[in-house]
Amino acid sequence: MDEVLLRSLTPGVLAILVRRGADFAAAEDAVQDALVEALRVWAEDPPRDAKGWLVTVAWRKFLDATRADAARHRREDRVGEEPAPGPAPAVDDTLQLYFLCAHPSLTTASAVALTLRAVGGLTTRQIAEAYLVPEATMAQRISRAKRTLAGVRFDRPGDVATVLRVLYLVFNEGYSGDVDLAAEAIRLTRQLRASIDHPEAAGLLALMLLHHARRAARTAPDGSLVPLAEQDRGRWDTALIAEGVGILQAALARDRLGEYQAQAAIAALHADAPAAEETDWVQIVEWYDELVRLTDSPVVRLNRAVAVGEADGPRAGLAALAALDPSLPRHTAVAAYLHERDGDLVTAARLYAEAARQAPNLPERDHLTRRAARLNAGRRR
Amino acid sequence: MAKYLLLKHYRGAPAAVNDVPMDQWTPEEISAHVQYMNDFAARLEKTGEFVDGQALAPQGTWVRYDGEGRPPVTDGPFAETKDLIAGWMVIDVDSYDRAVELAGELSAAPGAGGRPIHEWLEVRPFLTAPPTITE
Repeated sequence: MDEVLLRSLTPGVLAILVRRGADFAAAEDAVQDALVEALRVWAEDPPRDAKGWLVTVAWRKFLDATRADAARHRREDRVGEEPAPGPAPAVDDTLQLYFLCAHPSLTTASAVALTLRAVGGLTTRQIAEAYLVPEATMAQRISRAKRTLAGVRFDRPGDVATVLRVLYLVFNEGYSGDVDLAAEAIRLTRQLRASIDHPEAAGLLALMLLHHARRAARTAPDGSLVPLAEQDRGRWDTALIAEGVGILQAALARDRLGEYQAQAAIAALHADAPAAEETDWVQIVEWYDELVRLTDSPVVRLNRAVAVGEADGPRAGLAALAALDPSLPRHTAVAAYLHERDGDLVTAARLYAEAARQAPNLPERDHLTRRAARLNAGRRR
Repeated sequence: MAKYLLLKHYRGAPAAVNDVPMDQWTPEEISAHVQYMNDFAARLEKTGEFVDGQALAPQGTWVRYDGEGRPPVTDGPFAETKDLIAGWMVIDVDSYDRAVELAGELSAAPGAGGRPIHEWLEVRPFLTAPPTITE
């Protein structure tokens, strides 16, 4: 069975139920139940009309749940007969779902979980596994999110920026489990871009594609991180790069720059360099200047210091770094790198070891420890 | 979201405010304590923040490799009180501040006289998966 096809049908099916008058929370539960049943029975007995099957089963689940609910409340007259199928759902319905699931009243974690379930068509179990929490906890997180949304109108325009933020997080933060969250984020961003004409949606998709293109080169067979400068660029996916660059160029031509387009532009400049030493760092620094202007983010300033170190030499990079708060995450790691480039290996080794102790994840910690160890071993020889 | 370990151990922390050993509580006080811990976990499950919680037996055995073909060397078991890990809870929360808030609530579990123990808990962040976009 094609699980991705099944998932791609989810928002449309959910929209049909909502159009028939089901409230979002109950409809979403019904669609989830239908998905779980589809996963169970389709392998043996695939339907001819997958979407029709899902709508029928989800509607029946919705009616069953409503009847049970109504019986509890002795209000059986609430349940009507099955109405005629509504008109073919407009693309807009899918867009409304994105807006609702990323509603500003939700915490980021709730918005991520709800988006993956209601728009992405993942099961609660799959989402729980992807974020390493028990299924019961994830189920509660999702129902809580839906309670928060009770009373929010489905037909109001939402905030594209929060939707993009949620999709960015799905792409960038998660664990590698059964579900490939990066691929799922790309699929959902493609679908969003088909629903809304927005240069930043295109920018985010380009950014994801350009980074996804490096996936095979990003880790060594032993799972350790391979830094950009040391990656085997022959293993980068040229088709994804070409697609990402094309989407980015079309977006930039519209002259409505945003942070995702700027980040994608930096990724595109890396993709454009046949070897690390041919990277156009001067242009990359210019893009970081744009990003600083757009976001005023200290993390961007930190990355800019690295780029300045490449464009104008490590001393210039260290000078840029000196202006930043030393408690920033990865500040020490950047300082170590710039000192290494500057030839001060004693300071670099000490800072790499210190950065390793502060590293927020295991592959980064191992990477920084190895760099410290390599410099220390070199000095002993 | 970020995962944190709330660790209950007796290594270097100052004594709790209500520092009466559990075996000198009344049975009702023990029940109230257990109920508080269970309710706390149940509440965190409802908020979608609970990951895991376990209590450990105090007896620990030291084990180490002793070379090819030889059984591991063991020492103990000891009921060590200076270095005891009593248990832990793992939470998945939106912020460090929320982790500290929850640890504070857990530390308010009732002890002798039904008064909060004010026990010191250690809050430790989990290392995460590496992000894809770093430049």
